Amino acid sequence: MNSLKRVVIFGATSAIAEQVARNLVSQGSHLYCVGRNEQKLEDIIQDLKVRAGGSQRIDGFSADLTDIAVHQRLIDEAKSFLGEIDAVLIAHGTLPNQQACQASVAQTLREVETNALSVVTLLTPLANLMEEQQHGVIAVISSVACDRGRQSNYVYGASKGMVSIFLQGLRNRLSKSNVDVVTIKPGFVDTPMTSEFDTSGFLWSTPERVANGIINAMKKGKGEVYLPGFWRGIMIVIKMIPEFIFKRMSL
Amino acid sequence: MTTPLSWNRLPDISPDAICSLTSRATAIPDTFPRPLLPYGNGRSYGDVCLTDKGTLLITRGLDRFIEFDRKQGRLRCEAGMTLREILALVVPQGWFLASTPGTQLATVGGAVANDVHGKNHHDSGCFGHHVKALELWRSNGEVIHCSSERNPDWFYATIGGLGLTGLIRWVDIQLKPILNPWIWVQSQRFANLGEFWTLNREAEANWPYTVAWIDCLAKGKSRGRGILLAGAHAPAQSQSLNYRSRDKRMLIDPPFSMVNHFSLKAFNALYYRQLVKPQGTLVHYAPYFYPLDAIQNWNRIYGKKGFYQYQCVIPPENAEGAVTDLLETIAQHGDGSFLAVLKTFGIKPSVGMLSFPRPGTTLALDFPNRGSRTLKLLSALDDVVRAAGGALYPAKDARMPADLFQSGYPVWHEFSKFVDPQFSSSFWRRVTV
Repeated sequence: MNSLKRVVIFGATSAIAEQVARNLVSQGSHLYCVGRNEQKLEDIIQDLKVRAGGSQRIDGFSADLTDIAVHQRLIDEAKSFLGEIDAVLIAHGTLPNQQACQASVAQTLREVETNALSVVTLLTPLANLMEEQQHGVIAVISSVACDRGRQSNYVYGASKGMVSIFLQGLRNRLSKSNVDVVTIKPGFVDTPMTSEFDTSGFLWSTPERVANGIINAMKKGKGEVYLPGFWRGIMIVIKMIPEFIFKRMSL
Repeated sequence: MTTPLSWNRLPDISPDAICSLTSRATAIPDTFPRPLLPYGNGRSYGDVCLTDKGTLLITRGLDRFIEFDRKQGRLRCEAGMTLREILALVVPQGWFLASTPGTQLATVGGAVANDVHGKNHHDSGCFGHHVKALELWRSNGEVIHCSSERNPDWFYATIGGLGLTGLIRWVDIQLKPILNPWIWVQSQRFANLGEFWTLNREAEANWPYTVAWIDCLAKGKSRGRGILLAGAHAPAQSQSLNYRSRDKRMLIDPPFSMVNHFSLKAFNALYYRQLVKPQGTLVHYAPYFYPLDAIQNWNRIYGKKGFYQYQCVIPPENAEGAVTDLLETIAQHGDGSFLAVLKTFGIKPSVGMLSFPRPGTTLALDFPNRGSRTLKLLSALDDVVRAAGGALYPAKDARMPADLFQSGYPVWHEFSKFVDPQFSSSFWRRVTV
C-alpha cells in the first residue's frame, strides 16, 4: 500500500483534484497544491485548512504549468515544505474546443502544450526524484478520450494519448525503483469543464466518485484505471470496431 | 448540467442559460442573458428559485469553508455549501446550527435567502437571527459586506430576500454549542385539535424543539388528531452511542402519484398509531431533524406531475378558528396531505424585510398535483388564510395569487428598491404584477 501522507497536487483548482484534496485532508495528509488561478487556489487552500486538523501542513503556490521554467522550482518548494514527497497527482488540463482547433494551428498547439507537453515536462524531474528516493506514486489524470481518436475531440485525445504512452514507459522504468505510476482515465464527469453538456445520463459520474477511485488507485499502485470502472468495457468495445467502419461513424 | 427544477418539480420551466459558479471571486460574464437568479441545491418548492428567462446562477460550486472559530462557534463559508456539509464539519467539534429547516440538503445561501425556520422557532427565532454577516455581489460590480452594523438595510433586505438583492457569496453564522449529536425526544399523541393547543403550550414552555404531525383525513371529533414531538439536545451521555445512517433512494419515477386517497388513509392511520414515547428516547440528529433526507429523492413519490406545498401562517388571535377551518376544508375535499405539520412560531420578530415567520401558527401541507382539482382546493385554503389575515411562504409556493403575497408582505414595495435591477425570478414577476 502506498502512503499518501505527503502529497503534491498539480492543477489543484480543477474540480476532481479539489475533491481529491478534500478526501486526502480528511485522511490526515499534508498537501502542497499548485494551481493557475491565484485567487481560486488561495480560497481552496483556506478551505482545506479549515477541514484539516491542527498538525496538518497545507500550502501551495500559484503557477502556470505551461511555463516549464518554473517546474523544478515548484518541486523544490513542495519538497522543502513537505519534507518528503510520497505521492504526486497531476490533474491540470483543459477541454479544447475541437472546432476552434481545426480552424487555428495556434489554438491546437496551445492545447497540446497544456494537456501534453507541460505534463511530460513536469513528469521528467518528478520521475527522477522518485527514482532517487526509491519509493512513491505518481498519478496523472488522462482520459478515456485517448483510447481512440474521434472526430469530435481528437486534439484532446491525442494530447492525452501522448501522456498515456509516456506514462506506460515511465511505469515500466520506475517499477524497478519501487515507484508506482498510475494512469487515470475518467469517463464523463460532471465538472465545470463539461458544463456545456447535458450531464443527466447514466454515463456521467461525479467528482466525488472519481476522487475516491483516484485515491484508491494511488494507494494500491494500480497501472491504468478507468473511472468509473465500467468505462474499461466501453472502451474495449470502441477499440474493437474496425477502422473502416469507425471512420464512417460520427462519434 | 441538467435542467434545474425545484423540489416539488413544479412549475416545469427552463431558463435561457445556466451559469455554474465555481469561485466566489469571479464575476458573472456579460455574455449570460439577464435577468439572473441564484439557484442553490433546488430544495425550495415552486418558482422562487426558478426563472423562465435569463440565467440561473448555480451556486453549488461555491462550497468552500473560509473560517471556523472552534472556540466561539463562528463559521464563515461560501453560499453554495449545504447545511449537511456544515454539520459534518462542526458537529464533531461540538457545534450545531442554531436554527435548521427540515432538510440538511439546502444550501446556506438558500437558507438565508428564504430566512428558513425550524422546530425551535419559539425558542431561537429563524435562520436569519443567527447570520452575523454576509457578502453580496451586485450586478453593477459592487460588492457589499453587510451585517447589523455595516449596511444594515442591505443585510435585512437580503435575509429573506429570495435571492433578488444580488448574489450572496459568503455567509457568516453563529452556531450553538452541543455536547453530542443526540436529541432527547418525547412524543405524545393528541386526540384532536383542542388537545393539541393545550399540549403544545406546555411543550413550548419546556422544550426548545416542538413540532406536531396532524392526520388531516380525520374528521369529526378526532379532527386534528396527531402526534407532538418535543426535543432538546441531549446532555452528556455516560456511554457512547452508535448511529448508522441507512439512506435509501427512489429508483424509479412512478408515472402517477403513489400518494393517493387510499395510501394516505393507510399511512395516516398507521402513523397515528405508531409507538409514541412519552417517557422519552434518544434520537440521532439526522433522523430527528431530517427524516425525509434519508430517502434521497423522496419528491419522486408524487410521480412525474409533481406536487404542491402549501404553508401558511395565521396570526395568534385567529389561529384556532382558521386551523380548524383549514383542516375541515381539506378533509371535505378528501385529497389529504401526506404530512401535515403544525407548529406555533415564537414572538421574536424576524429580521428580514420579507421573512415569512411571524407570531402565529403555521401549517405546512403537501398535495399531489391533480391539476385544476388541486388548484381549487388551494384557492379554498387561500380564502381561509386571507380572511384570517395570514400569509403564505414564498419558498413553498408555485401558485399564490399576487394579492395574497402583497397583503402578507406589505413591505414588498419598499423591498423592491433593494432588488438588483438585473435579478428576478418567475415567482417575483408573478406576485408583483
